Amino acid sequence: MSAARLLVRALRDPADVLDLDAAGWTALLAAARAESLIGSLAHRLEGQPVPKRVARLLEDVRRDYAYARTQALWEAEMARRALAPTGVPVILLKGTAYVAAGLAAGQGRSIGDLDILVPRERLDAVEQALLAAGWEWVKPDAYDDLYYRRWMHELPPLMHQTRDRMIDVHHTILPLTARPRPDAAAMIAESIELVNGLRILGPEDMVIHAVAHLFADGDLAGGLRNLWDLDRLLRAFSAEDAFWDRLGERAERHQLRRPVARALRLARRLYGTPVDVQLAGRRRLSDRLFEARLLARNGWGQATRKGLRLAFYIRSHWLRMPPLMLARHLLVKASR
Amino acid sequence: MRHEIQLQVGPVGFRVGSHWRAPIEALRGLYEGYPVPEACDFTVRLEAEKPWRRWLRPSVAIHGDYMLPDAAPLPLAQGLLAAEMGMNLQMALGQKRYLLLHASSVEKDGRALLMTGHSGSGKSTLAAILGERGWRLMGDEFALLDLADGRLHAFPRAVSLKNGAISVVAGITDETRLGPLLVGTPKGSIRHLRPRADALARMAEPAVPALILFPRFGRDLAAAVRPVGAAEVFMRLTQASTNYVALGEAGFAGLARLVHAVPARAIDYPDTEAALALVAELWKEPA
Repeated sequence: MSAARLLVRALRDPADVLDLDAAGWTALLAAARAESLIGSLAHRLEGQPVPKRVARLLEDVRRDYAYARTQALWEAEMARRALAPTGVPVILLKGTAYVAAGLAAGQGRSIGDLDILVPRERLDAVEQALLAAGWEWVKPDAYDDLYYRRWMHELPPLMHQTRDRMIDVHHTILPLTARPRPDAAAMIAESIELVNGLRILGPEDMVIHAVAHLFADGDLAGGLRNLWDLDRLLRAFSAEDAFWDRLGERAERHQLRRPVARALRLARRLYGTPVDVQLAGRRRLSDRLFEARLLARNGWGQATRKGLRLAFYIRSHWLRMPPLMLARHLLVKASR
Repeated sequence: MRHEIQLQVGPVGFRVGSHWRAPIEALRGLYEGYPVPEACDFTVRLEAEKPWRRWLRPSVAIHGDYMLPDAAPLPLAQGLLAAEMGMNLQMALGQKRYLLLHASSVEKDGRALLMTGHSGSGKSTLAAILGERGWRLMGDEFALLDLADGRLHAFPRAVSLKNGAISVVAGITDETRLGPLLVGTPKGSIRHLRPRADALARMAEPAVPALILFPRFGRDLAAAVRPVGAAEVFMRLTQASTNYVALGEAGFAGLARLVHAVPARAIDYPDTEAALALVAELWKEPA
């Protein structure tokens, strides 16, 4: 069994892994670290009768992630203060949004950058305000800069000069070159204000953003973690009336019905997530490839299945841009 | 991974895997007698950066649970050094239970002497020599400060002796405890020293920090002792810590407590005999 599958089992049902031997625990922990899921695992295993040394290690992890959470919230507050004069609402995305909203998806979630969503027509004001507040450009390359500005769904990344933390300013959730065109304005319109003035996406949009991030925009690196986010989000939101109907409508509106369906199937398959069968649709042959890609990690934390990884890497570029543009882009990158 | 070894060093369990046999065999020799951990805190992987570099001009990339994106690979002949660096890297980036001080430490009567300073200040050499002369060697690379109770935990890895220190220490110890001589490393020549049996046998015993020294070695220096103010001690120790920032408030509180409780001195010394005399004198003073 791949260590990634062991990790999935542990997250899905902690009781399932309590009889592991020392080597099994070591493999599980290494895979969890490599997939950035060690914090989630530590949270899931809290209070379980795990071996003493493992318990101690997980306790360290929980303490570390509690601190990371504080740091992420502080960074969000810094962005709120920086953008307050512009009057642009700050909508938190991904990990920071989960912890700010107190969602289960935020428990033990690793958070690297601060991701925010702002209206595209206000990008200039946002950029100026951030630069004035001490953020600076990370990518000095002119081609990269122009590429980001013309084609990407976000500004080139900015780093704060003293806090060393990165901010990604999104104006929509997929590159402009991608075929689906999500309705960013609708996402912003239906965002929800938190008590501290920061905002998060509405439940359906939050799920759809997680899906877009997972299936429509990348090579599935970190996929197990993103799918775990989805599991947590869906378990929390699906208790509400007519959630699945709204999710279906919203997926249609953002032109992401198929990725949403695939995400539901894979979440159910790997994490046992309760999903709407209608929306998820029938299992497809290609699901197996996605599953194999998600589980390509061994007990040393090493990436396995090189060929499959390469195929998904190529797919990610294929999804991002039309062939001619891709060729030109790769040519520029290669000639450096 | 084809080749593997598991090592318990103080409170930390390591697993080191390698594509090649040689680095693991070298570790086995150097760490003979170390216990096998119940579960491993950290994994280190020594692997070829590119598949062909496994055989063709083999080059060891240092990977593991925690990685630095721009860490340069080492030639296979320096595989042992790569393993050591890999373990250090896991500690520096991943260890959050203890405040890590880049310092050497030795113990007597349950009380610990902590020595820290820039590379080349002679703290490793001093610790190695004290470890041969009746002190218990607690560690060379890292001192582990317990944030809960303020004690130091032993982390007695092999002592890394560099350049001039190699012959100094080789002269006073038995050959069997020395590892292979590694020449032409990024830090010059390196030879590792396995701590004495008592350091291994008692590595689970923490000690109360009793004295902090900032040694400075120079052949032209006159032996001297200077007091160091608390604020300066605090700043120097934050600079000597690899995870002070990552520990947040707990790190600040733990370090402040150490600085308040333990006297600190800066010492200059022209040779090891002078240093030993200074240490003996300072150790006698009531704290």
